[in-house]
Amino acid sequence: MKSVMKRLIGMIPVFIGVMLLIFVLLRVVPGDPVQVLLGEHYSQDTIDRLTKAMNLDKPVFEQFLLYLSGVFHGDLGMSYVMKKPVTSLIMEALPQTVILALMASTFAWFVGIGSGIIAAIKQNKAPDHIFMGFSLAGISVPVFMSALFLQYVFSFKLKLLPLSSDGSLKSLILPAIALGWNSAGSVARLTRSNLVDALQADYIDTAKAKGLTNRAVIFGHALRNSMLPVITLMAIQLSSMMSGAVVTESIFAIPGVGRLATNAIQTRDMPLLQGTVLLTTVMVIFGSLLADILYSVIDPRIRREA
Amino acid sequence: MSSDYLLEIEDLHTSIYTDDGVLRAVNGVNLRIPKGTIVGLVGESGCGKSMTARSIMRLLRHPARIDSGRILFGGKDLTTLTDKEMREISGRDISMIFQEPMTSLNPVLKVGFQVEETLRVHGLAASKEEAKRKVIEMFERVGIPEAEKRYSAYPHELSGGLRQRVMIAMAMILKPKLLIADEPTTALDVTIEAQILRLMRDLCKESGMSVLIITHNLGVVAEICEYVYVMYAGYIVEHAPIFDLFDYPRHPYTKGLMASIPRIGGNPEYLYTIPGVVPNLLHLPEGCPFSLRCSAAEEECRKTLPELVRTDEDHFSRCVKACGEQSLEGRAYGAGRE
Repeated sequence: MKSVMKRLIGMIPVFIGVMLLIFVLLRVVPGDPVQVLLGEHYSQDTIDRLTKAMNLDKPVFEQFLLYLSGVFHGDLGMSYVMKKPVTSLIMEALPQTVILALMASTFAWFVGIGSGIIAAIKQNKAPDHIFMGFSLAGISVPVFMSALFLQYVFSFKLKLLPLSSDGSLKSLILPAIALGWNSAGSVARLTRSNLVDALQADYIDTAKAKGLTNRAVIFGHALRNSMLPVITLMAIQLSSMMSGAVVTESIFAIPGVGRLATNAIQTRDMPLLQGTVLLTTVMVIFGSLLADILYSVIDPRIRREA
Repeated sequence: MSSDYLLEIEDLHTSIYTDDGVLRAVNGVNLRIPKGTIVGLVGESGCGKSMTARSIMRLLRHPARIDSGRILFGGKDLTTLTDKEMREISGRDISMIFQEPMTSLNPVLKVGFQVEETLRVHGLAASKEEAKRKVIEMFERVGIPEAEKRYSAYPHELSGGLRQRVMIAMAMILKPKLLIADEPTTALDVTIEAQILRLMRDLCKESGMSVLIITHNLGVVAEICEYVYVMYAGYIVEHAPIFDLFDYPRHPYTKGLMASIPRIGGNPEYLYTIPGVVPNLLHLPEGCPFSLRCSAAEEECRKTLPELVRTDEDHFSRCVKACGEQSLEGRAYGAGRE
């Protein structure tokens, strides 16, 4: 656990660096937030007062430090448009996004790893071609296509599931499949190719020579060795889903972080946009930390180096 | 059926079906392993030694497969067993040690667990504690220091020599009747090699098991084998008891191998090598497979494949000249050096 602490501390500079980058980028983009907020018909006096209240009269570096200290106190500023603290807006939207992400990745992992294993075992036979065909479709068909397709079949025609989100778990099933489908495809391909490689390894012969069944050889010996790259991929996918599935959330009208980000962009709501991008950063950082921890659980060689 | 032999390979043909054609890796090999004996199978890389071993253990991988022949083990033909029957024999009656101790152990599992697995898969681990005790006992027998601590070590935490000892422990824990060792010491340095060979010989004599040791190293053969088969391009070209073979090699290839051993006191600037390379197994020459490299080859050698002929009581050679040279013992070492 000492190494985990070390990793966490090592992430602080990354975190600050990313924030600096966001801060600068959003200020380079044209458009004065005060004007966005006030519209056009206000006196210079009002503008000056607001600029002062928003700390926009201070040097950019000081603004950044103020923002930074706010972040460490859990204060991400006020949304210009919604007139609410960004922190509470994100906190309201986050549960929907997290539930959707967990459902989608569970789907992706079961389907992806499962079909990857079957394809690897039946290498170059019919099941392999069928599953790999599906996975290719999963990777190449964009989310909005598969989402519309699922809506058409399961909501419109079969009337099994709700068309859009009503806050219930049931209404998240279709979005989860639409979102997970894409990940499942790449997980399946990666699982297959790594498992095929692992099954070529010398220790597989050793395991067979012991008299182990094929099942025990695959699940006891090959699978664990083939999972490292797959875990990296899954961690990246999970963290990107956690920071909001923009397209899926829009199509299914899910009030999640993805929608928050789209709204922020459309309305030039800088603090809100900063807040959502910050959340993405945190998710990606924790995603890679999670992957690292899982590596060392699976592979003892990494444990020692850490 | 002779009961003196533990394993009898009869006319084994194994081929690899590549995209470029059929590669005849094992061509009608006959090989017999008497009970309690250490038999060597020698030859250059790519001569079919490992394919023979893999044929026995059913470890051939697509696109390699056995075309014909019988592999009799205790009267049962291994080539006709079901997968389940073969699994029962693998690890319990026949076990195998591989060339690369670095890659032959699963890197993510504790070595103790990997050895224990052999017990468990054959239903011979009554309880967890007993299994662990047996494994540690076996570790001690194969000379692993601090056996108890090593039980929970991972392969990368052990040296090459220790890993090979773990492999031996794994292969020997159920006291198999036959141990197949495919280049067991090739990846180890010479001092460790000697230790491992001694260990294998001692364990063999203790438990009365037979060993088939596959190697390209005649030094290894001289160290522990009692009987030797020499293989070339998928054919057995000579087989004889160890002293016979070293004193009176009959086949020009064997003679060449002998001449290629560096000798202490010999000319350090000059190391004999057999001219030419092993023929491409996709396009084997007609006649004797060694004829292309043989300095004594004649017209006839390039036309017909010689039979294995008996040249001595238990000495066979696949060379038309084998009988004729019987009396010319003195030529044994000199033959290839022209």
